[in-house]
Amino acid sequence: MKTKRRFWMDGPYLIWTAAFIVIPLFTIVYYGLTDKTGAFTWSNIAQMGTPERLKALVLSLLLSLLATFICLIMAYPLALILTKMKIGATGFIVSIFIIPMWMNSLLRILAWQTLLERNGVINQILGFLHLPKQYLINTPYAIALGMIYDFLPFMLLPIYNSLEKIDSNVVNAAYDLGANKLQAFWKVIFPLTLPGVISGITMVFVPALTTFVISDFLGGSKVLLIGNVIEQQFTQVGDWNVGSGLSLVLMIFILISMAVMQHYDKDADDRVTAL
Amino acid sequence: MKKVLSRIYLVFIFILLYAPIAVLIVLSFNKSKTRAKWGGWTLEWYVKMFQDQAIMSALYNTLLIALLSALIATILGLLASFSLLSMKHRTRGFVLSLLDIPMLNAEIVTGISLMLIFIAIGQFLSHWGYTIEFGMMTVLIGHITFNIPYTVLSIMPKLRQINISTYEAALDLGASRWLAFRKVILPDIMSGVLSGFMLAFTLSLDDFVITHFTKGPGFDTLSTKIYTEVRKGIKPEMYALSTLLFASILLLILIFGRARRKTAASSQPAVY
Repeated sequence: MKTKRRFWMDGPYLIWTAAFIVIPLFTIVYYGLTDKTGAFTWSNIAQMGTPERLKALVLSLLLSLLATFICLIMAYPLALILTKMKIGATGFIVSIFIIPMWMNSLLRILAWQTLLERNGVINQILGFLHLPKQYLINTPYAIALGMIYDFLPFMLLPIYNSLEKIDSNVVNAAYDLGANKLQAFWKVIFPLTLPGVISGITMVFVPALTTFVISDFLGGSKVLLIGNVIEQQFTQVGDWNVGSGLSLVLMIFILISMAVMQHYDKDADDRVTAL
Repeated sequence: MKKVLSRIYLVFIFILLYAPIAVLIVLSFNKSKTRAKWGGWTLEWYVKMFQDQAIMSALYNTLLIALLSALIATILGLLASFSLLSMKHRTRGFVLSLLDIPMLNAEIVTGISLMLIFIAIGQFLSHWGYTIEFGMMTVLIGHITFNIPYTVLSIMPKLRQINISTYEAALDLGASRWLAFRKVILPDIMSGVLSGFMLAFTLSLDDFVITHFTKGPGFDTLSTKIYTEVRKGIKPEMYALSTLLFASILLLILIFGRARRKTAASSQPAVY
């Protein structure tokens, strides 16, 4: 569609993008690389080197990788089942993804406290079955569970979409040429869904790596993630320079995963269907 | 056997996703003030929440910001979609990837970056004696910013499918640009516009992180209020309010979806 360029059409959103997306990111870079007086320094970034912050960063990386991996092995079979169901699958997808969002997200995570607590629902069920009580809340595993719960739909949707798009003739051709089910899956189906898998991985990994709410609610104050460290730096300590420096380190990991996604997802419009 | 297994798996996922929601709904009827104890059924919290000034003002802020940010983001997204489609391929890709940043970036980074730019603008304006107040306005700007990519991604594919000749035909037949847009283009992209609006509304309603960093003291949405309450013990009224919101949106969508299916079914044969 071609129309003549007009400022009232281009102007508003381009100005908005510059003012509230691009320039703010450079503001983080500016604050991260300067001290209180505005002089250049690396010291804010070096602040990441303290033992407790490194520990938080490593734990964040481990937990988000674990959550991403479990989401993948949970979502792929689910997507396969849903594509086979055909009729009604779209309705199921909508309900699985959209409906929970209408309940406040903080409360949904908080509800896991009630489920995981020492005298929570799960332990009461265990007690009823005469099984020993488990110590669940305020552990890294509780945080990983929260991540999996919160971000599973982000893994499911892109995989489901890429499975939907596969031409059944291609799969049938593999069978005709003598492939068994396993071969057809690994040689034909899985490679075709790789873009969906990659975009699912980044869509789970980035929010899991940077969360501070899930660790706040399910980790108690015992387990700190890098998100908590940065959040506290801004809202409690009030040191924007150090906070920005730490954010810059975090952004390196985000950029890596965005670059991976860009590499596999050449057609940006594809993501529309994920919604 | 395989079918049974996959059914069991579906049920398992469903329980995983809906157990917390069930817990919250049950808690909203719990007579006991603490989450740990069950004190019998009550509707007390559903009455009390309407008398709580702080909760009602947080609700008002949440709804107003969701509505305004969805509306403004939809208008900006509509303009952006037109503008992007008339760009050269390379430029479009570049602008689109800038626009997508809030969607792909970590929320905490987007939140921090907005907070810093508001601080920087505030410092700049202070030379002339102006200040920036962190509150409704800054939160609204934040929400519009993260909503725009979603509205663009809902509207642009619809716009791309439009045959420009029909629009030109309308112009040739004497329609003004605005009339041609309203009568020819808008009906075809309406479903994209509406779903973009709904998506933006839902995302704004549920947002915590961006609001957390762009709000000031004394200004709260439901999410930020819940976050501060968690430490001191959350009021059961919050469960009641969220359950009520959840139920009303569900009801709205059911009615809305049904009406849309009906009109879609009745208008389909009339198209050609």
